[in-house]
Amino acid sequence: MINSVGKNQLNKIILRIFLYLILSVFVIYYLLPLFVMITTSLKSLEEIRTGSLIALPRNITFEAWGTAWSTACTGIRCEGLKPFFWNSIFIAIPAVIISTLIGAINGYVIAQWRFKGANIIFALMLFGCFIPFQVILLPMARVLGLIDLAGSISGLIFVHVIYGIGFTTLFFRNYYVSIPVELVKAAKIDGATFLRIFWSIFLPLSLPITVVTVIWQFTQIWNDFLFGVSFSEAGTQPITVALNNIVNSTTGVKEYNVDMAAAIIAAMPTLLVYIFAGKYFIRGLTAGSVKG
Amino acid sequence: MSSWFEKHLPKIVLAPSFIAIILFVYGFIAWTAWVSFTKSRLMPKYDIVGFIQYDRLFDSPRWDVAINNLFIFGFLFILISMFLGLIIAIFLDQKIRIEGALRTIYLYPMALSLIVTGTAWKWMLNPGLGLEAVIKNLGFNNFTFDWLINPDFAIYTVVIAGVWQASGFVMALFLAGLRSVDQEIIKAAQVDGVPTVKIYTAIIIPSMTPVFLSAFIVLAHLAIKSFDLVIALTGGGPGYATDLPATYMYTMAFSRGDIGQAASSAIIMMIVVFSVVVPYLYSELRNKNDQ
Amino acid sequence: MFKKLAVAAVATTFSLSASISYAGPKAEVLHWWTSGGEAKSVAVLQKEFSENGGTWTDMPVAGGGGDAAMTALRARVLSGNAPAAVQLKGPSIQEWYEEGALADISDVANKNNWSKVLPESIAGHMKCEGKWCAAPVNVHRIDWIWANASVLSSNGLSMPKTWEEFNATAKALQAKGIIPLAHGGQAWQDATVFEAVALGIGGANFFHDAFVKLDKKALQSDTMIKVFDQMRIMRGFVDKNFSGRDWNLATAMVMNGEAAFQIMGDWAKGEFLAAGKVPGKDFLCSSTPGEGFLYNVDSFAMFKVKGNERQEGQKLLAKLVVGKNFQKVFNLNKGSIPARTDVSLGEFDHCAHVSAADMNASSVGGTLLPSYAHGMALRGAQAGAITDTVTAHFNSNMSSKEAVAMLVKAIDNSK
Repeated sequence: MINSVGKNQLNKIILRIFLYLILSVFVIYYLLPLFVMITTSLKSLEEIRTGSLIALPRNITFEAWGTAWSTACTGIRCEGLKPFFWNSIFIAIPAVIISTLIGAINGYVIAQWRFKGANIIFALMLFGCFIPFQVILLPMARVLGLIDLAGSISGLIFVHVIYGIGFTTLFFRNYYVSIPVELVKAAKIDGATFLRIFWSIFLPLSLPITVVTVIWQFTQIWNDFLFGVSFSEAGTQPITVALNNIVNSTTGVKEYNVDMAAAIIAAMPTLLVYIFAGKYFIRGLTAGSVKG
Repeated sequence: MSSWFEKHLPKIVLAPSFIAIILFVYGFIAWTAWVSFTKSRLMPKYDIVGFIQYDRLFDSPRWDVAINNLFIFGFLFILISMFLGLIIAIFLDQKIRIEGALRTIYLYPMALSLIVTGTAWKWMLNPGLGLEAVIKNLGFNNFTFDWLINPDFAIYTVVIAGVWQASGFVMALFLAGLRSVDQEIIKAAQVDGVPTVKIYTAIIIPSMTPVFLSAFIVLAHLAIKSFDLVIALTGGGPGYATDLPATYMYTMAFSRGDIGQAASSAIIMMIVVFSVVVPYLYSELRNKNDQ
Repeated sequence: MFKKLAVAAVATTFSLSASISYAGPKAEVLHWWTSGGEAKSVAVLQKEFSENGGTWTDMPVAGGGGDAAMTALRARVLSGNAPAAVQLKGPSIQEWYEEGALADISDVANKNNWSKVLPESIAGHMKCEGKWCAAPVNVHRIDWIWANASVLSSNGLSMPKTWEEFNATAKALQAKGIIPLAHGGQAWQDATVFEAVALGIGGANFFHDAFVKLDKKALQSDTMIKVFDQMRIMRGFVDKNFSGRDWNLATAMVMNGEAAFQIMGDWAKGEFLAAGKVPGKDFLCSSTPGEGFLYNVDSFAMFKVKGNERQEGQKLLAKLVVGKNFQKVFNLNKGSIPARTDVSLGEFDHCAHVSAADMNASSVGGTLLPSYAHGMALRGAQAGAITDTVTAHFNSNMSSKEAVAMLVKAIDNSK
């Protein structure tokens, strides 16, 4: 008896070690690219040329970071990523807020006010998520020209909102669908209006799913390149376009350390969001969005 | 009047989004379909000439490769990401002490744009610079890992990088799913002496079907749009061995000035995608209505 | 009262904005010269532009050799908001003209005697139905072979004059553990090597028939099979890590002696010079074996824009681009030679002199040819069809006959 308990205990410890081992292997898989990016960004060009890819830098230098942020050339202007960073902020923040709000109210309508055809509308929106964005570039350019938003920040916000609605609606709809319909019925009997119910009952309940939606939308919009490159003009280009200009120049010297530093800088806002809001992200998902 | 307004308010609220989707998704698909029947080159033209673009498309060996790759990539990417995401989620759910840190590590790739992580991956998968070289330096001289430069295997390197980016997100979905399974049922099973593995396979995983739907939607969406991934990692090469429909379409439309051809490839691609996604979504949505 | 004030305020705002917009010539310039050296070269133009009272708005979009920029360009044209000047080249200039998107800058060209100072073949690319619609910046030569001088001399080898010599030299180097050919496995690089080989083996007439006229006889000829045969041999001279390698990394391999040769346009020279290498001493340049001269002319196409100040900006820009000073400074930086024939080459290096002399000679001899691989000879769809075949052949074990059959079919399919 005692023996078997001891054996059990031993088994458990071995299992535990095994578990941590596997998780560590995954950690390597996930961290390796970031590791390569960071160490490369801290090396001099000479060291990159001569040294091994995964060797630690011999002389750490932050020069590449400074260059990437404020002096790297993205064309004639050699002001680094700095000016484009702000463009991205001005695009991403309104677009995230607007598309999240629209998604919330759409989700509320579809999940709780199930009028005839609501599900078809939902399905249509959902399928819309799958349209490859390359398809809509040209007609969208024409539309933006017609409504006089071509090349502007507002135009980019508009496009991001339109193509964000599918996902934001999906998230909120799936969250609200788990809230019993009786809640709305009771509120209606008490004389609460459509908007009132949304405002005072549903919105206060929505923090977890809002976090999820905001993180998703922010990641998508911040990292977007295709819309950014197509619907911007000089002065409104987002950071991904600038990053691309630094990284992808075709006929010139490639400064890999600057490339990598620029990449990390460009990814910083989303990285920070994931690091600091990651906990709430899982919680938000747990709170219902994945319940279907 | 106001009661009419109140009664129809839900529809009125939904209407702008509905119109926007009809116009900007379905209207544009219709536009693309129209253009696919024209001889548009540099810019869209609207004189219909018939199925020429589709004939050209099906005659193109490059398109064959692209559509095959979509199946290989899409299937493996979705399957492996789901499997890995589920496994990691289950492991993380075993009261791991540093769960928070691990979660962030698994999740962060989603935050990065592939424009440059593609470069990092390209280096690591390059036989002369990356993993193969490193392991050879450790003394394993026979070790080869040259998928990146092998036309028959290059598409699998795209899968590796794709899984790297997306599986963490799937892990988060599954972890959340695991956390919302009714703990009482699990406790009851444990008391009855059901082995842990069985608890997962027989009770927990089956109760998470909605999570699989969410994961599937997210992954399918990423698979179809895997454009940056290919451009950054292989540029479609070696040759055009890693071309996907999205990159084919983009090349035709924007670097070759062959918009009619691009439109026809877009339409075929959407037909393929919809024929996979629609039945799945339909069954899922119908099930939910029954609830 | 209030109304009056408001009207006055609006009126002043309008007149203010009007006076601002009449400040002087303006031009928004879409290009993909974004790396340090290139950007400095373009900055020369911007400086001249602003010295002449102009306001330059920079719209750089790098990536894919201009693919991303072309995406942006289409969107801009469709939305009725085209940039004033766009980095464009080859037949795509005429294609955009056919779309009705280009402006006529003949008055600038005539005033500045472009037809006198530009070689005829280059001028041809800048004209749309007889009118000038683009301004040339430089002439890149494509069919260059670059070599590490000390690798060759220490092995008792010299620059090959024929492809047989090249193969023999490469084999000798391979036997000594040196990579004969530094190459990056990207489709456009495969195509660059291919067209140099095709010109070398087939000669100028063959090249013209096959890649300018798309003559079926030439495309199916035994010569074409020989060209693919040579490509298969070249594949054997490349190291195993070539896939996806950027061209400048291949250049670096030649620089540090890891590899002996590279076949690449003369932007590679910029890379050598940037690393402080001296032509003739550290590295050697010569045209690839065979006759002829393959050119790639970068140019700015002028798009239709609205408003006086923009049209004036466009004209000023066109004038400056073909101006002597810019042509000299830009090309000194970029490795190419000026498009104008009357620019003094005193400050240029040995390789540039070779290039200029060869260009004149081949222009007289009728062997001055547009590069297909760099979009000078054919429309995008057709050039792309050839490149697809070339890269598919190079990256597989397809036979030369199969490649030729595939080539013919691909070109048929692209029409």
